[in-house]
Amino acid sequence: MFEGESVQVPVGPQHPALKEPTSFMLTLQGEKILQIAVRLGYNHRGIEKACEERTYVQGIYLIERICGICSHSHATCFVQAVEEIVGIQAPPRAQYIRTIVAELERIHSHLLWLGVAGHEVGFDTLLMYSWRDREIVMDLLALLTGNRVNYGINTFGGVRRDISPEQKADIFTRLNALEERTKYYVSVATQETTLINRLRNVGVLSPADAVRMGAVGPTARASSVDRDIRRDDPYLAYGEIPFKVITADCNDVYGRTLVRVGELMESYKMIRHALEHLPDGPIAVKAPRKVPAGEALGRYEAPRGEDVHYVRGNGTEKPDRVKVRAPTLANVQAVAKMLEDRYLADLPIVVAAIDPCFSCTDRLTEVRRADGPSSVLHWEQLRQYGIEWHRRHGIDFSKLNNSFRCPEDH
Amino acid sequence: MDAQFVYQNLYDLFYMLVFPGLLFLIAFALFAEYVDRKLHARLQHRVGPPWFQPLADVIKLAAKEEMTPRLADRRMFLMAPLVALAATATAFLYIPTWKSDIRYHFEGDLILVLYMLTVPTVTFFLGGWYSRSVYSMIGAARAVMQLFAYEVPLFLCILGPALLANTWSISKMAAFYQVHPAFAALNILGLGVCLVALLGKLERVPFDIPEAETEIVAGSFTEYSGRLLAMLRLTIDLETIVGAALIAAVFLPFGLGLPAAAGFAVYLVKLLAVVCVLTVMRSIMARLRIDQMINLCWKVAAPLGVAQVLIDLVAKGYLPRGYLQ
Repeated sequence: MFEGESVQVPVGPQHPALKEPTSFMLTLQGEKILQIAVRLGYNHRGIEKACEERTYVQGIYLIERICGICSHSHATCFVQAVEEIVGIQAPPRAQYIRTIVAELERIHSHLLWLGVAGHEVGFDTLLMYSWRDREIVMDLLALLTGNRVNYGINTFGGVRRDISPEQKADIFTRLNALEERTKYYVSVATQETTLINRLRNVGVLSPADAVRMGAVGPTARASSVDRDIRRDDPYLAYGEIPFKVITADCNDVYGRTLVRVGELMESYKMIRHALEHLPDGPIAVKAPRKVPAGEALGRYEAPRGEDVHYVRGNGTEKPDRVKVRAPTLANVQAVAKMLEDRYLADLPIVVAAIDPCFSCTDRLTEVRRADGPSSVLHWEQLRQYGIEWHRRHGIDFSKLNNSFRCPEDH
Repeated sequence: MDAQFVYQNLYDLFYMLVFPGLLFLIAFALFAEYVDRKLHARLQHRVGPPWFQPLADVIKLAAKEEMTPRLADRRMFLMAPLVALAATATAFLYIPTWKSDIRYHFEGDLILVLYMLTVPTVTFFLGGWYSRSVYSMIGAARAVMQLFAYEVPLFLCILGPALLANTWSISKMAAFYQVHPAFAALNILGLGVCLVALLGKLERVPFDIPEAETEIVAGSFTEYSGRLLAMLRLTIDLETIVGAALIAAVFLPFGLGLPAAAGFAVYLVKLLAVVCVLTVMRSIMARLRIDQMINLCWKVAAPLGVAQVLIDLVAKGYLPRGYLQ
């Protein structure tokens, strides 16, 4: 096909394989990928900046909305960093409840991923099955927190809802059902020939490359990089709950699937253990509204990998700076490497295999014309641009931020 | 013009356009699409569409705005769906229904039908290529690559039974296997390979590579909309039925001698059974890559096709002459 000459194929910013806008510009020779240019920056939302304009408590709810899937991860990571600056610690029961919600979130995220992976390789039945079973855990989360996503369970110094004994029993029953289903998925992933054909030796990332490119989470663990924040730098109740860090030495998408399915099985055990050993006591301690000057770094093993939040306080009710490093930013660098010498058909599954979340990652908006130079607008320029644009359209905002002035007399 | 001549022509028209020609074919194809979608949905724990959904889809598409890309070759872009639809509908006329002595048949209609079934793929290629979108062009190239992979096993597996029946006419093949049903058992291998090849022809999972949604949007069909897309969708539905009818006529010679009503029922059941097998196959598999598909067809399906031809040749040589008319 296309005898020797190469063609440019845009995958994105709008493309059925992508659930969020992002761009992969492929240079293909036949079916083979010669070159790939990844470009982020289609859904920057300015959440970090917005956090500086809000109080810490408002910040929790905003931060929770960074991601629709690992919402608890971001919220907990932020809360932990702030608690460190303030110098308070959530009571043990609260830590356990946060852990239980965190693991339930991992379950729903990994089941979701399994379905997406199935869809990317044209195996829609797997998508329908795993998303149906994901409803069990979504219902559980709604039962515990009142919401299916954006649980709002965290607050500074603890959690906002307790787990009742009846809820506990309910979790046990539903976990059993989920475990049964997950065993079935393990057998599908390890036995279904067409699926294995599409996953095995695809998106290879050697252990050395995984470390060099800073891959995190299941992406790294599937390349034998034995790293897990839950074990390496225990937070919440992870220091007290026994669990195995699942790794695989396949280095490919198949390995990433095995790691995620294996983590599901571990999560069930961890939740059971946490529920059985749920300490008594209060679920929250009182936290001050004002956070003293100081800085802290929160680390958290989100379903997609290590999530890092940096928070700097300045003694007021609002943070001085919040910085979020979502796991996708760490993993997305490796995608181009994984796709070297691969085929167009591998692109969707290789991209999906890092479980990307582009809107969590985007930190700037770049303006590009189709055939012109690109430019980056800084905050002041963007503000100036906005003012100019509105002035051209007959509205003058330039005086808005100044103190009130009486209209000039004419 | 005598009455007989007028009557003959009218009957020809009725046969071609109404029953069992175009109108019946379209109605049955839409019903088969419903069966396919409903079964697919039930296998995936979904509810599935109501029975009229395929027809509603066609009507909806037909009512929509039709756009031709600016760079596309408009004539080729318009011709492709028309030619594909016409070729598929024509092929159906030469395939035995519930009796083997149908109105249109001649020595060699097997080749005509196989050729007519290749035409849609070629037109999908041309339509996709001339719409000048990268997704369409890649889809078009893939469609042709896939064509070269599945056509050989398909032809070999139909050639075998034809050799055994000693004819190039599908009707006569059906008649032969109706008289000697035991011989049909020799062609089981061919039936399996044909079903796989048909999946390739219909561009269904695991061989939906030319229209792989997550890779190239909709392949050749990316730029099609409105009536033209409705026509393409209908063509694929018709192809399903024509392919199923061909497989039923060649490999499943049951119920051909029955009275009209019973024979018709058996015929419908046979076709729907083939459709259901195709549905189950697409429900339980992932999409292969084009290189894997070509490997599978050339390294597994084609040798099996050759084996089928050998089986039939040996059977023809060693079985008592009397059986072969």
